[in-house]
Amino acid sequence: MRPGRLRENYIGFQTIVIKEVGRVLRIWIQTLVPPAITMTLYFIIFGSLIGSRVGQLGGFSYMAYIAPGLIMMSVITSSYTNVVSSFFGAKFGRHIEELLVSPLPNYMIVLGYVAGGVVRGLLVGILVTVIALFFTRLHMVHPFVTLSVVILTAVVFSLGGLINAVFAKKFDDVTIIPTFVLTPLTYLGGVFYSINMLPVVWQHIARANPILYMVNAFRYGILGVSDIGIGTAYVIILFFIIGLFSFSLYLLHNGVGLRS
Amino acid sequence: MPHSVTACYAWRSVKVAIFPQPAMQALSLHALTKTYKNGVQALKGISLEVQPGEFIALLGPNGAGKTTAIGIVTSLVNKTGGQVTVFGHDIDTDIEAAKSCIGLVPQEINFNQFEQVGDIVVNQGGFYGLPRRLARERAEKYLRQLSLWDKRHDMSRMLSGGMKRRLMIARALVHEPQLLILDEPTAGVDIEVRRSMWDFLKKINREGITIILTTHYLEEAENLCQRVAIIDHGEIIVQGRTRDLLEKLHSEVFILNLREPLRELRPLDGYAITQVDDTTLEVEVNKSQNVNTLFDMLSKNNIQVLSMRNKVNRLEELFVRLVKGKG
Repeated sequence: MRPGRLRENYIGFQTIVIKEVGRVLRIWIQTLVPPAITMTLYFIIFGSLIGSRVGQLGGFSYMAYIAPGLIMMSVITSSYTNVVSSFFGAKFGRHIEELLVSPLPNYMIVLGYVAGGVVRGLLVGILVTVIALFFTRLHMVHPFVTLSVVILTAVVFSLGGLINAVFAKKFDDVTIIPTFVLTPLTYLGGVFYSINMLPVVWQHIARANPILYMVNAFRYGILGVSDIGIGTAYVIILFFIIGLFSFSLYLLHNGVGLRS
Repeated sequence: MPHSVTACYAWRSVKVAIFPQPAMQALSLHALTKTYKNGVQALKGISLEVQPGEFIALLGPNGAGKTTAIGIVTSLVNKTGGQVTVFGHDIDTDIEAAKSCIGLVPQEINFNQFEQVGDIVVNQGGFYGLPRRLARERAEKYLRQLSLWDKRHDMSRMLSGGMKRRLMIARALVHEPQLLILDEPTAGVDIEVRRSMWDFLKKINREGITIILTTHYLEEAENLCQRVAIIDHGEIIVQGRTRDLLEKLHSEVFILNLREPLRELRPLDGYAITQVDDTTLEVEVNKSQNVNTLFDMLSKNNIQVLSMRNKVNRLEELFVRLVKGKG
């Protein structure tokens, strides 16, 4: 590689991140406020009204038990939505060509968009955490696990959003995966319950849902309790990151959905 | 003996010692083919060489393959076969270096309509690896040269059509490419803007930037370009110096505006002449004929000519003849 190329690539990456984060902050009413409102309603309805009748779960109040899951749910949705809408918007408006004609390597384009998705996911996550603190007490039992799991999960779903955007041909295609795949998997991913409450057969089925591992690993980081092994969660998350990142590079290299 | 060349890096020129080699082309297309998934063969093995510092036009009717060829060079279209090198960098093996040499002004508006004018140019500099401060300086330089500096804080969607075209030129120049490719840059802009863009393109070409232009305005190609390549149905049907190609025309048709109305037109020996209206004549002059002789004959017939012009742009005439296979 030519000397200086690494520095130029880093500047290119930095430029994408500046653009993406600038976009998130510029349209904060669309990017940050809606998940905050939605999660506040979840806390009121599920945590306060219904949760008070559920009693304790895993040694914690129901409100405290679902808080990590709700934070993770907002991170997943926000990071995914950010990349899918931004990348598809760039494709639809054809300004993705600004990047495609530039010498910036594909892996830097992927990393730039993923970083934008992670930043939005974390901003929303912090916002929802602050809201959660109005309803319950949260102690971070394992800070490293909490932070690493939330960041890695945001990376997974940012990559997912990018792949969705590459294949999307119209705006409807951008909403299909979040509506029909992401939301059901999140709801069934142990956000509102422990899988130990399910019949044995359903427990096995639930273990096929990758979001279960992410939610539980995050819950372990905050509350110290989990339905699954933390090591398994890391392996699954890293497996998805490597798989989705490689697939993203393959798509960009071959110009799928981007080049004729 | 090694000698040095300037490599295409976005923010600095680096002298690289290399051993003698054949003269490097700004762009070389060799047997370039493209077949789309729907079976359309857009390029059927075109070959073209562009010398550094040249100003060349790619002409052709709609669907001829011009934009496909440009798309392949700029990596927006995947080629089916053939070879492309940009200042010696093969796009198959050294795509990033090749891209660093190119600035593209596409046919369609392709910047973010919700971004500010200044940000669009600065960010493009960033994608080419320009440090932020340098990108800002370059953005100012080119936005000023293209009379857009006052609009730098405006949302790009608020610009007029001509301003949007100029913005795309500023964006394409921010990394100071050695090869600028313009795909119909003056489509839909008024005459005044078009003229100012011509002046600007001539200026940067004199400064050493190689320019490839596709256009439907053949007058544009005749005025700006030293060389022309005409593409039709995915093949280059003719290429050469603009002047040499125009030599191929066997005749030209002139429109003569007369000082006084003409009641009756008598035939003039050797000239095909027709009366359009009372004060307008149309005359076809062969290359073997002389315009002075024509004027002498008109004077003898008491016909005073007020002004004269070509009926059609000469290049347009050649273009039509070649594309229709009458060349």
